[in-house]
Amino acid sequence: MSDSAGPIDPPAITEAAVNIAVDAGLAAIAAADTTAALRRVRSEHAGESSPLSKLNALMRSVPGNQKAAAGKLVGQARGAVTKALTAREDEIGTAEAAARLLAETVDVTAAASAWKAGARHPISLLSERAADVFVAMGWEVAEGPELESEWFNFDGLNFDEDHPARAMQDTFFVEPTDAHLVLRTQTSPVQLRALLSRELPVYVVAPGRVFRTDELDATHTPVFHQIEGIAIDKGLTMAHLRGTLDHFVQALFGPEAKVRLRPNYFPFTEPSAELDVWHPTFKDGARWIEWGGCGMVHANVLRSAGIDPEVYSGFAFGVGVERAVMFRNDVKDMHDMVEGDIRFSQQYGMTV
Amino acid sequence: MRVPLSWLGEFVDLAPGTTPEDVHAALVSVGLEEEDIHRFEVSGPIVVGEVLEFVGEEQTNGKTINWCQVQVAPDGELAADDGPAVHGIICGAHNFAVGDKVVVTLPGASLPGPFPIAARKTYGHTSDGMIASARELGLGDEHDGILLLKNLGIDAPVGTDAIALLGLDDSAVEINVTPDRGYAFSIRGVAREYSHATGVPFRDPALALTVVAPVTLFPVTIDDQAPIREQTGATVFVTRVVRGVDPTRPTPAWMIARLGLVGIRSISLIVDVTNYVMFELGQPLHGYDLDKLAGGIIVRRATIGEKFTTLDAVSRTLNVEDLLITDESGPIGLAGVMGGASTEITTQTVNVLVEAANFDPVSIARSARRHKLPSEASKRFERGVDPRVAAVAAARVVQLLVDLAGGVADDLGSVYDEAPAPQPILLPTGFVSGLIGLAYTDDEVRDALVDVGASLVEADGDLQVTPPSWRPDLTDKWTLAEEVARIVGYDRIPSVLPVAPPGRGLTRTQTLRRTVAQTLAATGHTEVLTYPFVSERANNLFGVAVMSTQTDAGAPMADAASAAPVPVPQMKVANPLDGEAPFLRTSMLPGLLQIAHRNRSRGLVDVAIYEQGLVFRPEVGVTYGTVVLPAGAERPSTEAEAALNTGIVPQPLLVGVVLVGNDVRHQPALPAVAAGWQSALAAVQQLALATGVRIEVRQGRHPAMHPGRTAELFVTVAAATAAASTVSVGFAGELLPAVADDYDLPTVVAVAEINLGLVFAQADGDLTVTPIRTMPAATQDLSLVVAASVPAAAVRTAVAEGAADLLESIELVDDYRGAGVEPGQKSLTFALRFRREERTLTAAEASAARLAGVAVAAERFGATLRE
Repeated sequence: MSDSAGPIDPPAITEAAVNIAVDAGLAAIAAADTTAALRRVRSEHAGESSPLSKLNALMRSVPGNQKAAAGKLVGQARGAVTKALTAREDEIGTAEAAARLLAETVDVTAAASAWKAGARHPISLLSERAADVFVAMGWEVAEGPELESEWFNFDGLNFDEDHPARAMQDTFFVEPTDAHLVLRTQTSPVQLRALLSRELPVYVVAPGRVFRTDELDATHTPVFHQIEGIAIDKGLTMAHLRGTLDHFVQALFGPEAKVRLRPNYFPFTEPSAELDVWHPTFKDGARWIEWGGCGMVHANVLRSAGIDPEVYSGFAFGVGVERAVMFRNDVKDMHDMVEGDIRFSQQYGMTV
Repeated sequence: MRVPLSWLGEFVDLAPGTTPEDVHAALVSVGLEEEDIHRFEVSGPIVVGEVLEFVGEEQTNGKTINWCQVQVAPDGELAADDGPAVHGIICGAHNFAVGDKVVVTLPGASLPGPFPIAARKTYGHTSDGMIASARELGLGDEHDGILLLKNLGIDAPVGTDAIALLGLDDSAVEINVTPDRGYAFSIRGVAREYSHATGVPFRDPALALTVVAPVTLFPVTIDDQAPIREQTGATVFVTRVVRGVDPTRPTPAWMIARLGLVGIRSISLIVDVTNYVMFELGQPLHGYDLDKLAGGIIVRRATIGEKFTTLDAVSRTLNVEDLLITDESGPIGLAGVMGGASTEITTQTVNVLVEAANFDPVSIARSARRHKLPSEASKRFERGVDPRVAAVAAARVVQLLVDLAGGVADDLGSVYDEAPAPQPILLPTGFVSGLIGLAYTDDEVRDALVDVGASLVEADGDLQVTPPSWRPDLTDKWTLAEEVARIVGYDRIPSVLPVAPPGRGLTRTQTLRRTVAQTLAATGHTEVLTYPFVSERANNLFGVAVMSTQTDAGAPMADAASAAPVPVPQMKVANPLDGEAPFLRTSMLPGLLQIAHRNRSRGLVDVAIYEQGLVFRPEVGVTYGTVVLPAGAERPSTEAEAALNTGIVPQPLLVGVVLVGNDVRHQPALPAVAAGWQSALAAVQQLALATGVRIEVRQGRHPAMHPGRTAELFVTVAAATAAASTVSVGFAGELLPAVADDYDLPTVVAVAEINLGLVFAQADGDLTVTPIRTMPAATQDLSLVVAASVPAAAVRTAVAEGAADLLESIELVDDYRGAGVEPGQKSLTFALRFRREERTLTAAEASAARLAGVAVAAERFGATLRE
């Protein structure tokens, strides 16, 4: 600074001077495109050494009668710049956040997972679902051994030792055969066990594995699964059997499912019936499919459990689980169900 | 049982156009299950031809073939194939002469095979069709020459349709006959059922014949000294004699065709007639050459060691239970099963003794099974034959031999009949409706029972029902109820849902089984179902209990490794399908390992599978089973019931897990994690967490397992007394590499096997929960150096015990060995979390607790702090 030149007149608080400072500030704000640049702009145009701050500092020397006008001029100018700064700050912040997220873009179709897929077997799942239908009606689930006494598998179920049906059964015997132990050929032994061990009335279902000496082929397997049901009470009739089966197939296959009974023969029921089931969505079209056997529990079976057939009556039924999976899910070959190929069960996941 | 429609139509009216499918549908509705449909697969122009001339032409191969001119249509008419009336046909047979009538299959015809007939160039001629043999037509086995119609006793004009002429246009329905309905093994019985199903009238062939009693008695003695189950072996024995049978007479074509359809080969007229009548009336019959019989017939049991040559020329050693037909020469028939060679009907037989007997079903069934000779006769006797039809059947045979074979009915014969009359059954009013749940009218009940052949007597409002002689299965009111329901129709039975008393839902065990299955599936394992049949070797390897090599305090046990292999008690299937695997599994693992291998062989390299199931674990020195079974139809005595139950081999519920390949496969930014012993233990811990049962892990030994990578698994058994104890529930780890190799699996195979019954027994739903502390926690890490042989779990337990109540959680986060840690030592780092119940704990309190933990670990294992 030079005295000879006299002090440089500070710019007066003129509209022109304010406008120049505001315009310069707004232009710089608009030009800033990063948070860092905007920080510099804030310092240059709104900081202590900014032109507007300097103009503001001159307020002290403004004559009293002009203070209000000058104050208004500078105040508005500073307000405009601050507002522009805030607005720009938001814009840049939003844009930068957006850019950051954009940069984090992944290929969602290439997700890695430390979790691997497991699956239940449909035979187990369908057995559970079937049992649930009965549990919901107040029935209970019963179990029994797979290596069973012939008394429970045959004698107690009214298979006379010379009955043709007994020879007809393709039974696995274990050594020594005179110990009369067999791999149960049906879940019906559980009927007897339930009747011997429970108080009447009895309403139980017994899902389980059974065994017959059939070689494995597309429709047979020596180890398969049944669901057996038995109800013993006063006054039970074959109409109750039909009602139970109607409810069962509709709960399991859908409300359009239908049951047909055809006369048949089983040693442990009289009258006996073959149970056919029909559903419009069965694979290969709406049709009747033979699904199991049923009937009124034979008086001799009741007697085997010490129950008076003149007082109590009841019904029983048994259906094949593999068969149900076959016609319900279009499984064409038994091998798929018994070979344990993980691709088979994994089609089902955790539900049937 | 196969039923030719033409035959059925003799006893019921079949509406015109009735198809085999129609007949099936009708029979199914009354309980005869459909099996199949059988037809002669012949079609097209097949006609009667007459050989006009033929020229033998010798061929270069030395054979002579005949170039024949065959008239296949009357002169001036077109043949059935629209060709000329005379066809030139090549024929290799030589059993014919000019003027013989033959069966000509013209171009366009088709024979069984299928074998389409067309004009073809052969032996220098165009053979315009073929002259057929009996076998080519599906009419028996005869193939030594062409079929000459005169041999069947047929003379029909040329051009006649041979398909209809020979009965080849017939078809048969095959039905499955249930064991209670032996009478349906006859056209008579099936016709009756068809009548029940359709309402068309039934004409009983048994009533259509006049039975003439023999005048001269043929001596027959029933001498059963050893009835089986108190039943005399023979209750009916009818014989009739036909003399002067012409053994050269052919069996008529219609009879051959019907027998063919029911599955019986034509043998000779006499034999064919006995078979024919058996199928028609259900009565097995036997024909003897009367001239070869020595004296009268005695029916008796075989003696010890007695031998008999059946007509299949096999000499059989008899059992004292076998029922024999004998004459003075000895046995001439194994009753109801097979006749003997010595009195067999031959092509020289002219005088025939026909036997129509009724044998005890049990006796015949046992003999047929014992000698492995199931026959059409034994099949019928086993299920019960109508005792009243014997005399009728014998008369029917006589009639046919007279009509077809030129025989003369002799007045010689016998009628032994001691068959008991069917006993009446009391059928209380309303019983049928009450059992079936459908209000049958009295008329419906009566009509149904009369329809099936029963006779009824009213008795105080109830019915006395006498079943017909052909229904030995009708024994009580329940069987009568089935007849009523069946005849009226099962489709009439209403649908009523019964209301069960309130149930308790699934048991705890049943719920836990599902929890285990769902948990293992949810954690990446796939459920499979294996067969329980294994080899003895697999059982001896896997069925062994695992042994600890450390005490529960973590100290090593001295003698753990010196386990001598001991045969595992196991059950053997007497009649296995697979001779390589006749034993019942004692472990889940052999089956799972096979399935793991199957998946690998199909290119599925990462396999994690599990199965829940029963294993069969007999105990050493225990005899299982029950030699003498209680009777059926009455409750066993308490002792007998207990004996049945204690005779059952223990069958605990196990779960097995097998993992091969990668636990986590290689993925973007995620390296692969190979399955190994940790995977097996992870499965165990997932199961433990899911069931709420703590499973403790200790170093273990098992003959099938890697000696350093095997864990024995324990649960703590809460005892009523103060001292709780632990029980071994299974093992987990890696297979011995040599065992993995045996199963064609890679070196590292992770397995686990747990006895779920033992685990579930400790799953207590009534546990007392620890209150949740909500004050701020303090966390600290702790690194301890111990000998490498000290189990981390033991150190963890020691620290936890020392840190006591303030310690809320302790987790192992690192196991470090290497620089900074002496060889043979390891540094274990635990993350500790402390918390007080009532206030924020101080850093000093947390540190003091931590050091208290260190002190216990130092005392037990010489652990030192690694700062």
